[in-house]
Amino acid sequence: MDSFAVVLLSPEVAAAGDLTGRLEALERALSAAQSSADNAWMLTSAALVLLMTGPGLALFYGGLVRRKNVLATMMHSFILMAVASVLWAVVGYSLAFGGSGRFLGDLRFAFLSAVGNELQGTIPHATFVVYQLMFAIITPALISGAFAERIKFSAMLLFTALWSLLVYYPLAHMVWGPGGILNAFADGRIPCLDFAGGTVVHVSSGVSALVCALYLGKRLGYPSEAMKPHNLVMSVTGACLLWVGWFGFNAGSALAASRQAASAFLATQLGAAAATLGWMLAEWLKSGKPSMLGAITGAVAGLVAITPASGFVRPMPALVIGFAAGVLCFYMVAVVKHRLGYDDSLDAFGVHGVGGTVGAILTGIFATRAVVDPTSERAFGWVDGNPVQVLYQLAGTAVAWVLAAAGTVVSLKICDRVVGVRVEPEHEIQGLDLSLHGEEAYSYET
Amino acid sequence: MKKIEAIIQPSKLEEVKQALIGIGVDGMTAIEVRGHGRQKGHKEIYRGHEYVVDLLPKLKLEIVVADSRVEEVVETLMRAARTGRIGDGKIFISHVEDAIRIRNADRGEAAL
Repeated sequence: MDSFAVVLLSPEVAAAGDLTGRLEALERALSAAQSSADNAWMLTSAALVLLMTGPGLALFYGGLVRRKNVLATMMHSFILMAVASVLWAVVGYSLAFGGSGRFLGDLRFAFLSAVGNELQGTIPHATFVVYQLMFAIITPALISGAFAERIKFSAMLLFTALWSLLVYYPLAHMVWGPGGILNAFADGRIPCLDFAGGTVVHVSSGVSALVCALYLGKRLGYPSEAMKPHNLVMSVTGACLLWVGWFGFNAGSALAASRQAASAFLATQLGAAAATLGWMLAEWLKSGKPSMLGAITGAVAGLVAITPASGFVRPMPALVIGFAAGVLCFYMVAVVKHRLGYDDSLDAFGVHGVGGTVGAILTGIFATRAVVDPTSERAFGWVDGNPVQVLYQLAGTAVAWVLAAAGTVVSLKICDRVVGVRVEPEHEIQGLDLSLHGEEAYSYET
Repeated sequence: MKKIEAIIQPSKLEEVKQALIGIGVDGMTAIEVRGHGRQKGHKEIYRGHEYVVDLLPKLKLEIVVADSRVEEVVETLMRAARTGRIGDGKIFISHVEDAIRIRNADRGEAAL
């Protein structure tokens, strides 16, 4: 109400002569005030989401690899901040959010033509473009956890570009784009609730990570040689930055500084907290010790799982979702992975694929209009009396699984043909920092 | 002259150093090393993946002294480096042919 009082007193309103004129001026001033508030939060959120990739993910992953591969691993995240941005400006944004196709956008915004500062909802179009760009950066960066320590840099560049075109842009369009077949807010045929990217970001990157791990094969010496994390302090720092950045990711997905953003913010915190405890307890019971690496991995698993639900669920379900993700992802990473024997170097699948799937399904159970809009007639999830939503969530998740797996196989095959995916064994033994980038992270001579 | 190599717990360095300085040992060299004797390693678990770490971080001190001082130095080392638990380390003594101070070409015990 404070802003309303300011508007009433503003010279512009007072100067506009008759009553109609004054009312119109008032409306304009009000919407300008709301737009400013929303725009401020959304630009902040965009910056927070970028913080998740670099330094967040770069540190998190960088600490987990061996010292000879730390720069190559951080390079994966960092270079995507450049590659995905250029690709987004050229065609990505348009393919994801232009037009009203069911499966893919069109080229109306190619080269960001026709994108300016005009309002889209309450925020400038440019703000929306840059906010969504940050998601297009981190999603392929998440996959890099699966092929770390053995992929060629050229193959990684080509792969992530192809993968963005074949998987990310179509999936983002289907779930969030106008007319998308999975869009729950634009009459999609299969209305899949995904507030901030459970399917679009985490299921897609996690499943693609699994396919990459299987396609590339194990690192030389895995699992007999010790491949323990070379610097967990980096990983803890990175995980903390991920946690903080995630507020922009989830609460920003309200696309406004709204009440829904506030509940998404709270749900995000609670989901991360419960998952941290869930993973820690599971690990403590199974392995006998609660580890720092376990605690941070649990936090990330919880942040992943709460992502699709964050703007739709009350606080207690957020705790349930987080705790379930913490325990299940621990079981996946610490038990199932070793039984199956694949080498997902940094557990991108176990955390993002599994956490994303758990979150997507539980969103169908716990989503409620009470968080979105208490005056709405619409039943969201099972708790609102709409059990069929769980099936829609399963269907949406299945679409994401299939598209991610197929798109990844095609992208990898093309990369294999063009540049070859895996580095030479002698380069892998020497370490990618030196063999691919000609530098070392830690110098003992200086 | 004898070279005394003492492999000790890294946490004991400061105590050992002070004790040696206390009996007038003029020089020493410390090297960070990894290894094991009868003490076996320990287990580390990262996301369910177990690693047995059998080469543990240790510190190797090298001290060259006149023959007459060997017993005194060894006793001091043992007193300062001992915790009584497994993993306290070992001491090796060997003969040194000659010593040369690079600055002024002093030789033998005068170079120590």
